[in-house]
Amino acid sequence: MRAAVIVFPGSNCDRDLAVAFEQAGFQVDMVWHKDAALPEGVDIVGVPGGFSYGDYLRCGAIAAQSPICKAVVDHTKRGGYAVGVCNGFQILTETGILPGALLRNAGLKYICRTVGLKVETSDSAFTEGYNAGDVIGIPIAHHDGNYFADDATLAKLQDQDRVAFTYTENPNGSVGDIAGILSENRRVLGMMPHPERAADDGHGGTDGTALFRALSGVLAPA
Amino acid sequence: MKARVHVMLKNGVLDPQGEAVRHALGAMGFDQVEGVRQGKVIDLELAEGATEADITEMCEKLLANTVIERYEVELV
Repeated sequence: MRAAVIVFPGSNCDRDLAVAFEQAGFQVDMVWHKDAALPEGVDIVGVPGGFSYGDYLRCGAIAAQSPICKAVVDHTKRGGYAVGVCNGFQILTETGILPGALLRNAGLKYICRTVGLKVETSDSAFTEGYNAGDVIGIPIAHHDGNYFADDATLAKLQDQDRVAFTYTENPNGSVGDIAGILSENRRVLGMMPHPERAADDGHGGTDGTALFRALSGVLAPA
Repeated sequence: MKARVHVMLKNGVLDPQGEAVRHALGAMGFDQVEGVRQGKVIDLELAEGATEADITEMCEKLLANTVIERYEVELV
């Protein structure tokens, strides 16, 4: 099983994401944003958190135009798996891989703390290690995590069971309390909270481990 | 050729920064302010031969996120 973690100038959760993948049994390649292709045989792409390109213009907007993102778009169009965390989620919405956009937090403050997340669906490679309705503790660390989608998009996400996680207490004004969503084929997850920061006893919580373990269960060669 | 692109959040999209400015103006005694929306202005210096269609493509692909923003192009 191979994972590729993309590294942009300003990424700062790339190593954490790589470690979480490794602990779940993946071989990890770090891939620079100027590369135009993913390594051969990559099963899943991780787009990490951070502040790619200094959040200039809009969070994730410049990163979404980088050479590697074209390869990531092609990978997902072929049915490849991908997960974007925090800035990675912002980048996935800017590329159009996932619908909606992330706005400035309603309270205008940067928020860094562990929040309660409700698992809304266990029907995905990312969430099948949880039960729908489980409440888990995962850290958030963002200034622009206020998920926005128009009414039609929101209804579609809910009707198709594509809301992966919601906040138990909405910290940022996200529509529908949404913390993470799935693509239509359920193979791409974008989420603002950081499961890779809750994946080791030293983190003070391990509720994120099940996400990476479930992925390795699905992607392991038969 | 120069172009000025105005990017604003669409109506109905919450603008927390605009709201914060409105609160501050209210606290300063400017009671007449009923709403504030904050946006961006992007000035482009363009080579000869650039077309309005080029600018529209730039706006659609990068300068604005049309999920949440609208834009207007002004040739100056």
